[in-house]
Amino acid sequence: MSTSTLENPFAPSDFERWKQRKVTISKWIMFGCCAILVIPLVLILIDIFAKAAPVLSLDYFWDNPTNKGKEGGLWAPLAGTFSLVIGSLVIVTPIGIFAAIYLNEYARHGWMNRIIGITVTSLAGVPSIVHALFGLGAFVLVMLPGINSIFADPKDPSTLWQAGLLTASLTVAVMNLPVVITSTREALAAVPMTFREACWNVGATRWQTIRAIVLPNSLSGILTGVILVVSRAAGETAPILFTGATFFKFVANEGWDKIFPYNLREPFMAMAMHLNIISNQISQMPEKMKFGSAAVLILLILVINSFSIVLRVWLRGRKKW
Amino acid sequence: MNHLNGHKVEVSNLRTWYGAKEVHHGISFHIEPNEIFGIIGPAQSGKTTLLRAINRTLEFTAGSRMEGTIKVDGEDVQRTRDVYGLRRKIGMVAPLPVGLPLSIFDNVAFAPRAAGMRDKKQLRELVERCLTQAALWDEVKDRLDSLGTKLSGGQQQRLTIARALSHEPEILCLDEFSIAIDPVTTMRIEDVLKVLRKDMTIILVTNLTQQARRLADRTMFLWNGDIIECDTTDVIFSDHTKDKRTYEYVNGIFG
Repeated sequence: MSTSTLENPFAPSDFERWKQRKVTISKWIMFGCCAILVIPLVLILIDIFAKAAPVLSLDYFWDNPTNKGKEGGLWAPLAGTFSLVIGSLVIVTPIGIFAAIYLNEYARHGWMNRIIGITVTSLAGVPSIVHALFGLGAFVLVMLPGINSIFADPKDPSTLWQAGLLTASLTVAVMNLPVVITSTREALAAVPMTFREACWNVGATRWQTIRAIVLPNSLSGILTGVILVVSRAAGETAPILFTGATFFKFVANEGWDKIFPYNLREPFMAMAMHLNIISNQISQMPEKMKFGSAAVLILLILVINSFSIVLRVWLRGRKKW
Repeated sequence: MNHLNGHKVEVSNLRTWYGAKEVHHGISFHIEPNEIFGIIGPAQSGKTTLLRAINRTLEFTAGSRMEGTIKVDGEDVQRTRDVYGLRRKIGMVAPLPVGLPLSIFDNVAFAPRAAGMRDKKQLRELVERCLTQAALWDEVKDRLDSLGTKLSGGQQQRLTIARALSHEPEILCLDEFSIAIDPVTTMRIEDVLKVLRKDMTIILVTNLTQQARRLADRTMFLWNGDIIECDTTDVIFSDHTKDKRTYEYVNGIFG
């Protein structure tokens, strides 16, 4: 096509060609790493959902498990997981957010604050079984006897507070507290200091500044952190293992008792616990039931996480600077 | 109010530190009511820190410390019971404009609201007056609901000035207010300052020595945390300054 016999003045030099090759090679190496990450994930999901397909239906979510989970649906453990998530959020959200506000906005940023920060971050990395043992010691073995000695009638066992929703929620809350504190602190710290100074300069108190400027502009980060711990609360087995979850509890098959089957002082069923037991404790468990529970648990977490992403995108779109 | 000696601001033996670094090495001066007091000096000479010590926002910086006394209207700022009232008495304009992530209206109404003003009509009047004083009203009067952070740099700086005026200060501190705005707007704000001085005392920290020359009644030359010279502006910008360094600084031959 070239009309000119002249050499192309824009032809790449050897050095540029070599540079281009390096770019291409490194791009493919990074793509490979990404594939190593994604391909197993996709395979796992396909495998689980394919094997779970025979049982997945609306009834599967709404029926109670029967015959040790070999038949029926998953309502009882699902309801337990929802109760656990809500119970732990009620505890962890206010405490975590206010603690983070104190540490980031009020406390002096000295060595003490830094040590607390490092401690909280390390606590977030502690394995959940450690938190579980703490919950067992603090709530089940110390707090419950205390409650019982005050409120329960020793002659009537039905008034006793057992290891149940309350103790499990507390344990999960303790496990999630460091995560909420850390993520909230980061969200607060992302609000530029100049905004705070401008508010202080006109005679606003720290709380007025936090209410008017800092909180509205860090809400997306705070909510993201809170939603992340929701999926942790729903998915972790260890912290509820000794502190209130049980494999089987009778749940009514209709009426309000079915929708709200648990109270705070009695053991409850939970998805993570249910999956744990039916996959390795009960003989002759049909494959589809194991994979069915796994699929539902994954779906639950996926739904929560996508909700969190949508919320974050929406709130970031409203960011004002 | 306690006007024992008539000085609006009286600083004596002020020493300040950030951690181990000493900023001011014991400076003393005073500012008269309704004067424009210019503070000139190169960077790192402690001009901003001085303003922050006066309205006590210095204490928000970890590791900061001060000694000596600063009196505003005869009241020791370190001992005042109402630090928020003190800060409302002092309007502060930072070098870089800070539009709060609120609407233009809320930006200006923030301080009065924080002080407890709720009446809508009063707030509207106040916002209009402050924006007019800051030479911004004509440009934003039709879009008071849009975000303050979306304004241009110069407009945001005037918004900052409007906010500093919104709590009806008796002292207005301008910390190099003209860095981010164009010369024409700067001249407009300087005209505004000449009007405002009837109602308030103005502390004008500036890197533009000529700005101090145009506006200030008295000018202080601050260098490395020491007062080199503090005198009427005429003297500071004359060729018979008490200190040779002052002459060299204002004439741009500082070495």
